[in-house]
Amino acid sequence: MRYLIRRLEFFVITLWAALTMNFILPRVMPGNPAQAMLVRFHGRVSPETVKAIEVAFGLHSNEPIWQQYLEYLRNTFTGNFGTSVTFFPVPVGDVIKQGLPWTLALVGMATIIAFILGTLLGMLSAWRRGGFFDAVLPPVFIVISAFPYFWLGLLVLLAFSLTLNWFPLGFAYDLTSSINLSWDFIGQVIWHGTLPALTIVITSIGGWILTMRNTMITTLAEDYVKMARAKGLSPLRIMFMYAGRNAILPNLVGFAMSLGFVISGAILVEIVFNYPGLGFTLLQAVHSEDYALMQTLFLLLTVAVLLAVLAADLLTAVLDPRTREQG
Amino acid sequence: MAVRVVTDQAAIEVPVVASRRGVLGTVGRGLARNRKAVAGLALFGFFVLVALLAPLIAPYNPSALQFGQMLQPSAKHLLGTTGTGQDIFSQLLFGTRESLLIAVGAGLGATLVSVIIGVSAAYLGGIWDHALNLFTDVFLVLPTLPLMIIIGTYLNNRGLLVLIGVIVITGWSYGARQLRSQALSLRNRDFLEAARARGEQSLYIIVFEVLPNMTSLIVAIFFGAALYAVLAAAGLQFIGLGDPNSLSWGTMLYWAQANGALLAGSPVWVLAPGFCIAALGAAFALINYAFDEISNPALRPVRRRGK
Repeated sequence: MRYLIRRLEFFVITLWAALTMNFILPRVMPGNPAQAMLVRFHGRVSPETVKAIEVAFGLHSNEPIWQQYLEYLRNTFTGNFGTSVTFFPVPVGDVIKQGLPWTLALVGMATIIAFILGTLLGMLSAWRRGGFFDAVLPPVFIVISAFPYFWLGLLVLLAFSLTLNWFPLGFAYDLTSSINLSWDFIGQVIWHGTLPALTIVITSIGGWILTMRNTMITTLAEDYVKMARAKGLSPLRIMFMYAGRNAILPNLVGFAMSLGFVISGAILVEIVFNYPGLGFTLLQAVHSEDYALMQTLFLLLTVAVLLAVLAADLLTAVLDPRTREQG
Repeated sequence: MAVRVVTDQAAIEVPVVASRRGVLGTVGRGLARNRKAVAGLALFGFFVLVALLAPLIAPYNPSALQFGQMLQPSAKHLLGTTGTGQDIFSQLLFGTRESLLIAVGAGLGATLVSVIIGVSAAYLGGIWDHALNLFTDVFLVLPTLPLMIIIGTYLNNRGLLVLIGVIVITGWSYGARQLRSQALSLRNRDFLEAARARGEQSLYIIVFEVLPNMTSLIVAIFFGAALYAVLAAAGLQFIGLGDPNSLSWGTMLYWAQANGALLAGSPVWVLAPGFCIAALGAAFALINYAFDEISNPALRPVRRRGK
């Protein structure tokens, strides 16, 4: 229990830190982006929206700072993120709702595939120490992990769309069709999603392979593994149930902790492929200095990573009896 | 943005430096015997050389607009020209300077912050450790790219220092966590007890007793942070958050993408700077990984007998 309480503490504090950062940044940064935003909004929005923007960015407000802070928190928790400049007059919440499913599906699927495949390959390369996998995989993936995500995306695009013409140039489905649940449409989504997903898998898989391999090497030297071998258990059983099961725990936590990195990379991949997810939305927000949209995206991505961390913690609690017994 | 390799530092018995070779000698010998380290260092040295000698090697002024636009590679223009008629090869050579500067500068900055925070957390212990550790974890999970983008856009200043600062702010947490675990495992070692018994001050103990024993990890963290800096800077410049008039690989990619180089049939404009970023990143990644192997002997490649 103590373990879970500690992790919940982390969850709450990180969330609070992200929220507060969003509140403080526009107030301490030089220049006045909000003023510029209001000028662009001038005459187009209701007084309430103007008020909401002033609250969000701390503009000519006579209220004491803590009152602004409370109002900002209330607005955030009730889902009132303000209005987007880029997609005026659509509220930020609605803009995000359009991009979210695409990102969730693409990044989620690609990350899970990379994690499972990487963990298995890492296990195998540690198990066959000095074998083919062990000799080839680590150096190759050390080098690949240094590739910029977006550049690999551009390479893949050049090779498979422009030169070979196997896959489309980007976007999530054919522009001529509308979103529906037919087999044809699902096929299009998979066809369009293959290249971006491939890019994310290739660049992120190396980290999982290497981390898993390194932890597995440490666990393989443990006495209980020797004992299992001495008992004459089948190698597969030792690999998965003895060494693998114990090695995967730190990897799982590492997985959740580095999701922030993965998401950052995935944002750039979406930009390269014009994929209509949150990364692409973020780029548009940057180009039109749409602060409300940018900050909400940051908050949302933070929450997504935190939820993943929490899920990994729960899973660790289930898999690792030690976390349950303490306290 | 790459996923960096972590070995659980707490699980590794750190060999205490006691040899006459001293810290640098031990690390140096380890490096010379590690093939990954040699490859990485050679690549890194190559780029340093290119950066220094750029004016001598470059055939043209990298900013000169005097050539035809989007020329294909030829003997006259090894890598062709850009959409505004600049020589890509010359740009690439001169761009090495800023890209290296960002990598090394931001790498050093991030390493400094992680040493200060990680080691104080482990050494101060108690509530300080808890607080600093939490602080580190918070920065570790915050999605870095959106955070960098927000800070960068608000500052509205596309200078080099801002870029380095943003990378340092988002890039220190990883190393701090590793340093903390290793410093924790050192805390109760005999030689530190001895120093305390001699009545040395905390600062002396940290600087002269703890840090020398963590040299290889600190160097590994520097190269990890430099790798992060290369990729982060490239990403930020690519989406247009760098100084568009500066000359670096990321900025070249930005202009290539903005001019639709791929669709316009000038793939070299995209391939060349990206390849350099990947190569420099690979150099850092290889050295980083080699240091992980040096500080954890269990990871070293298995040599078959009789070879």
